Order: sequence, then C-alpha cells, then structure tokens
Amino acid sequence: MHVPDGFINAPVSVAAGVVAAAAVAVGLRGARHELEERAAPLAGLVAAFIFAVQMLNFPVAAGTSGHLLGGALAAILVGPFTGVLCVSVVLLMQGILFADGGLTALGVNITVMAVVTTVVAYAVFRSLVKLLPRKRRSITVSAFLAALISVPAAAAAFTLVYAIGGTTDVPIGRVLTAMVGVHVLIGIGEAAITALTVGAVIAVRPDLVYGARGLTAPLKLRVNGELVDTPAGAAPATGPAPAAAARSHRKVWLAGLATSLVLAGVVSFYASASPDGLEKVAADKGIDAEVEDHAAADSPLADYGVEGLGDARMSGGLAGVIGVGVTVVAGTGVFWAVRRRRTPDAQAGPGSAQAGPGSAQAGPGSPQAGKSV
Amino acid sequence: MGAGHAHRLYRPGHSPVHALPPHTKLAAVLAFVLVVVSTPREAMWAFGLYALLLAAVAYAARVPAGSVLKRLLVEVPFVAFAVLMPFVAQGERVDVLGLSLSVNGLWGAWNVLAKGTLGVAASVLLASTTELRELLLGLQRLRLPPLLVQIASFMIRYGDVIADEMRRMRIARESRGFEARGVRSWGVLAKSAGALFIRSYERGERVHLAMVSRGYTGSMPVIDEMTASRAQWSYAFALPAAALVVCLLGWTL
Repeated sequence: MHVPDGFINAPVSVAAGVVAAAAVAVGLRGARHELEERAAPLAGLVAAFIFAVQMLNFPVAAGTSGHLLGGALAAILVGPFTGVLCVSVVLLMQGILFADGGLTALGVNITVMAVVTTVVAYAVFRSLVKLLPRKRRSITVSAFLAALISVPAAAAAFTLVYAIGGTTDVPIGRVLTAMVGVHVLIGIGEAAITALTVGAVIAVRPDLVYGARGLTAPLKLRVNGELVDTPAGAAPATGPAPAAAARSHRKVWLAGLATSLVLAGVVSFYASASPDGLEKVAADKGIDAEVEDHAAADSPLADYGVEGLGDARMSGGLAGVIGVGVTVVAGTGVFWAVRRRRTPDAQAGPGSAQAGPGSAQAGPGSPQAGKSV
Repeated sequence: MGAGHAHRLYRPGHSPVHALPPHTKLAAVLAFVLVVVSTPREAMWAFGLYALLLAAVAYAARVPAGSVLKRLLVEVPFVAFAVLMPFVAQGERVDVLGLSLSVNGLWGAWNVLAKGTLGVAASVLLASTTELRELLLGLQRLRLPPLLVQIASFMIRYGDVIADEMRRMRIARESRGFEARGVRSWGVLAKSAGALFIRSYERGERVHLAMVSRGYTGSMPVIDEMTASRAQWSYAFALPAAALVVCLLGWTL
C-alpha cells in the first residue's frame, strides 16, 4: 500500500525525500557499474516487468487475491542497485501518472518500499546463499526467506518513520504489531511467489539471476569422451581453495546467525518481561485509580491492558529477530563489499554473451517505442 | 489495468493549463502539495479553500468534475485505514452515536483524509493535463538525473508491451484449460512471471543492441529544448502561491 499525503508530517517527508534521493543516486552509480551503458534500456525493461507483474493476481482463497510487491524479486534477479532503481522508478511513475501514493510521501514510499525491502532482501539472500550448500534448491530457499523477511522489515521501517513523523498518536507498539502482523502474512505469500518465480528463471536462464552469480559450475570440455577442465584463464576460476575457505566461513556464519536469532527472538522475549512488569505495575495502579473513580470503565480497560502487554512481548521478540536480520545484513553487506573490492572483476557480467541471437528482431522495438508514447 | 492504462488519465485538450510547460506544472503541483501538507489540521476552512483552488484549476483546464472524482477512487483502501483511526488512537475520548471515539484519532483521520484527497486531486489534475512524454521531458528539465529519466521513459514505453505479453500468456494459459484457483495454481502463475522476466530482460538486450546500431552512446539526444518564460512560471505558480497565503492565514488565525 502506498503512503498518501498527510500521513507523515512535512519535515519528516522532506527528510525521507533526501534519504530516497541519496539512495537513488547510489543506485544510479551502482547500476551504471553493473550494467554499463546498457543500464537505461535494461533497467527500464525490468521496471516495466515489475510494473506488469504487480498486476498479476494470485488467488488466495474464497475470492480474495494478492499480488507481488516485487522488491525482493528485483533484488535477487537484477542485483541490489538496479533493483532499488527499478522499484523507485516504478513508484515515481505511479505517483506522478496514477496518483498512487502522495507526491510529498514519495520519499517515504521509496525509502520504505524500494530501499529497505530491496536491501534487506538482498542481504538476507546473499548471506543465506553463502551459508547453504551450493545447490539450486538452496537458491530457492534463500529467495523464500529473503522475501519473507523483507516485507515485515519494510513494515517495521514504516513504523519507525511513523513514530518520528506520524500525524496521529496511535500507540507505536500497536502500530508495529498491526503492521508487522499483517505484513508477515503478506510476506508469506510474497515469499512463496518470489521463490517460485526465481526457481522458474533459474531453471531456464541461471545466468540471468544476479544473486546466483558465481554459483555456476566451471565449464568442462569433453575431450575423447572425458570431461576435462577448461584451461585456466578461459573460464572464471572457482578453484577448490576458495571453496574450502568459504565452507569454513560458512560454519562460523551459520552458528553466529543461529545464535543471534535465538538470542533476539527468544531471550528478548523473556528479557522484555522486566520492563513489561514495570509497565504492568504502572498500568495496574492506573487502572486501580480509575476503577475507584468510575467502576464501569474497568473491564474493557483491563482487557486492553492485557492485550497490549501480550502484543508488546510478541512484537518485542519479532522486532528483535528483524533487528538481527537487518544488522547481519548490513554487516554482511559491508564485509561483502570489502571482499569484492579486493577481488575485482573475478566474475564477468552475465548476459553479455547472450545478447546476440535477438538482434535481428530489434527492429520492431523502435516502432513500438514510438507507438506507445 | 493493462494496455492503455498509461493513457487513460490523460485528457487531451487545448486549455491554458494544457499549454503550460510541463516542468512548471510539476514544480507547481509539488509546491502545492507541500503547502497543503504543512497546513495545521485545525484550520478546516483552509482545506475548503484549497479544494476551491483546485476546482478553479480544473475549470481552467476544462477537466470535468466527474472524471476527477472518478479518479479519486485510487485512495479508497486508505480511507478504510483512516476510518479505523478514531477507534485505535489514544487520548481524550468522545461519545458519538454510542461509540467511544478518540478526539485525537478523529483529528488524525480528518487530517489524512483531507490532505490525502487534495494530494490525489492535484496529481490527477497534473496527469490529466500533461502528456506522458511531456512529463518525462519536464522531469529532465527539473534536473532529475538523465539516466533516471531514461529508465523511466523506457519503462513507460515498454510498459504496455510487457503488459500485453502478460495478457497473451494469460490467454495461452486459459485456452489450455487453466483456471487460477487457490494457492495450488501459484506454481503455474509464478512460472509465467519467470518467463515474463526472461522475455523482458532479453527484450531489453535486443533494444539496447538496436539502439547501439543506430548510434546510441549512453545518452538520448534532446530534440526539443523546453523553456518557460517568466509569465508561464508565474502563471503556474499562481496555485501554490495562493495556497501559501491560505496556509499562512491558517497558521496565524
């Protein structure tokens, strides 16, 4: 759902706009790096794809249906930079052309739906791909989990923006519970569809899945009926040494991730009992005082209090898990960026070899371009 | 949704509002919405004046009221959310027809409804009076990065092509007896989405090669340089300027 005008106050909207502009600038730089001068047509077509796929209805049950949000899918298929860029362009065009989402809320929309979703999804995806065994199935599983986490993470990010600049003081705990609760459900659908779609792409054109680069098996030549490795230098080398190193890293990461998730989800659940206890005492006192004043009001209030407490605990645990997810993702991102910089150009860009076959059909592209203006 | 979606909002015409350079209109709408958002919600009359201002623009643009109102339906999902606000917000409560509502929540709902509706109405007026290509040129004039504008223009140009491709896939599925029913058909639909991605990406590669073979080097040539005279700027900014006066009155009164 797009945030409309008037939902977030003006200063925070402007600040979110600045954040969004910075993110788009980073995305532009990154996309130019990822796609070089092919950036404009390719990113444009991918944006058109996301726009179209948001119209594809997935029936749920009893006449209801949902559709894909596309942030996680874009990040996995075309990479984080191009993904941020494509989803931002889709949001910009929806705002200007279809009045979908307020113009002043464009910054909030881009920050929450394009940046947070895409970056969280990609970070989760990449770290899982590194942790899990190098199989096609683990790509699908990672895509599922990445999409599953990215949607409630975006909801939590929205709640944060709302807490800073919301125009109504709905209790933040309740907003968080409602937003994250609803978006966990949405996230399950998004995750299933994203995983299935990535699986479908990877079955046909594994080279087009940006997030699965470097997982392709090294090229082998059949010489006299025997499979022989291609000479070094001809193919991107994925020798045994880096693989072993990756595996040893993998164990450490797996253990660390599991521990921090357990800590965040379970321990914070109990740890939050202490402040909750304080709150409960205060609430009890408050309720008691009110009960003395007008006794009729006690039962709904008491109900609210208990409900609120249970929700706060749940939301605390959930927030912890999401927080760890975001942190792991950010840390991994930094680590990964540093490591990538150290081994530049180890992997050639995909698709550059596949550009050939379609060139004969390129002619019709231009008249179509003219037609649809 | 689907083909033609991109054109449906635009209403061709020759009104003075249609004739304004697109970048002045874009800037004016953005300024107007910003002013509306920063108006205090207690000044209810100010929002009435804003609505009158927009009505005047619609009159000048000869956009019938019915078409604007029909397009306001975009905001329906969010009206539902606004209706919930008085029930969940905190603070002082007031009894209306036997329901206990939060005063703060009522103000919040009013705030979101009024500002959201005005924002949507302003965007609808902009989209109704400005051609797609002009909008993109306007964005470029407003110093959006050229690459971003190029991506947006490719998205707009090929949006219908990709949507048509999706429709052909749907027709192919249905002519083979497929009917999307419940979660079990997700696999088929997701495979279609995957195929659509591959087709879109490959089309992007073909388009790029076609453009390279016609001399594309990474930037699009600007054929019609748009400029706006001072009179056009001041004409376009009559709307946000009037709104600003209302806003300042709203703060002081």
